[in-house]
Amino acid sequence: LKTSEAAELRARLRAVRHTVLVLSGKGGVGKSTFSALLAHGLAADETKQVALLDIDICGPSIPKMMGLEGEQVHQSGSGWSPVYVEENLGVMSVGFLLSSPDDAVIWRGPKKNGLIKQFLRDVDWGEVDYLIVDTPPGTSDEHLSIVQYLSATHIDGAVIVTTPQEVSLQDVRKEINFCRKVKLPIIGVVENMSGFVCPKCKNESQIFPPTTGGAEKMCQNLNVSLLGKVPLDPQIGKSCDRGQSFLAEAPESPATLSYRNIIQSESENHCANESPRFRALLQYAKGLNRLVLLCHK
Amino acid sequence: MMNLKGNPELTPKNLMRPLKNYGIACMSMGFLIEETAPVVWRGLMVMSAVEKLLRQVDWGELDYLVIDMPPGTGDVQLSVSQNIPIAGAVIVSTPQDVALLDAHKGAEMFRKVHVPVLGLVQNMSVFQCPKCKHETHIFGSDGVRELAKTLGLDILGDVPLHINIRETCDSGQPVVISQPQSDAAKAYLKIAMEIVRRLPRPPA
Repeated sequence: LKTSEAAELRARLRAVRHTVLVLSGKGGVGKSTFSALLAHGLAADETKQVALLDIDICGPSIPKMMGLEGEQVHQSGSGWSPVYVEENLGVMSVGFLLSSPDDAVIWRGPKKNGLIKQFLRDVDWGEVDYLIVDTPPGTSDEHLSIVQYLSATHIDGAVIVTTPQEVSLQDVRKEINFCRKVKLPIIGVVENMSGFVCPKCKNESQIFPPTTGGAEKMCQNLNVSLLGKVPLDPQIGKSCDRGQSFLAEAPESPATLSYRNIIQSESENHCANESPRFRALLQYAKGLNRLVLLCHK
Repeated sequence: MMNLKGNPELTPKNLMRPLKNYGIACMSMGFLIEETAPVVWRGLMVMSAVEKLLRQVDWGELDYLVIDMPPGTGDVQLSVSQNIPIAGAVIVSTPQDVALLDAHKGAEMFRKVHVPVLGLVQNMSVFQCPKCKHETHIFGSDGVRELAKTLGLDILGDVPLHINIRETCDSGQPVVISQPQSDAAKAYLKIAMEIVRRLPRPPA
């Protein structure tokens, strides 16, 4: 990033208090579903302003999940306007730039990176308490770019979504290593599709059995928090396909309870404390740390 | 999933020798790096790696080369489609709308790069409770059939959610080999036959 570009991004994102990246190793584990529900869950508090940025350029699922298919982006003097689901929940995705939701975006890395930079630089997010960034699966251009561009501001951390089976966990270990390499704090791991309760006889089946201990054991081994486990509920997929909030449509579901616990735990424990005194203390500690490192050199 | 581990050897001509199990030659980035090492590369490097995995391998005579692609319509998909002759593409999707949206984009991409789409596979279509046999369509039902109709494509087959598919994959004993008489294995074998039927016949 050029210094001028970094300055531009810093200015634009100055009013964003907390940023959370949602990552997954594999596709199809429920990362976008989680991002959408996390955004809805946080926006349930009407005093908070929530923004959801979808940087999955090739497979943007967020417009459909938020019931915003067919919406277009409007430009104003202050930049691109996000599409609002609620008064306090704004969304941006490449999906809003396509003439049809079926249009394929067949771009190589540099073009995708350019659009991601534009999303951060040109969208007029306004004052935002929580910026949730939904990413494509894996560890490629989009992930490198978003971490690089957001280094102009502060990222609270990443949430990694997985299913319980070993082939999925293998990729989560890689994601965790990626986060550590680029110095991205890991807020924790969410284990999705964790068990299915038959609606008829209530028998619980482990469709994706955790034969190697699931996310729980992996988190213990790698010293990472397990934020929660979300069971399979056919209603989740249905709500997403219809662009409705599953949390609102099925408040009694065990999956809803899991989501609410995860969201609460994230906003309470993992986003940096707001108190100015704590912030000052943090700055002092960082300064001290830098001084110590300099002395060691 | 194929129960293979280790680095490939090099032939005297400096080609990589594919690892073999169950009579199938395999090549993957997974054989060239440590299991937990992430590959955090930009598109250009990924393309160069894909080239090596395709061309710098001593495949020998092959009747079928199956390429497992990552999700999306980006660098890897473009490079593979544009640089090697492909007999056909098979698109796998679960029945829910958000997954089908991406399957549709995949089909559109193949159309643009003139790769024939042999058909769609509906995966995780239905789950049968092992206790009471009640069937639940966890990810919706028949979405793939509707997409196939819209795009004028064939459905090559349906794979239900069977716990033993996942279990056998995780243990490196694909269900088609370890439990060939199971419903799951039969579903895959049927799809394989449909694919072969649609491929051009080799020259006499």
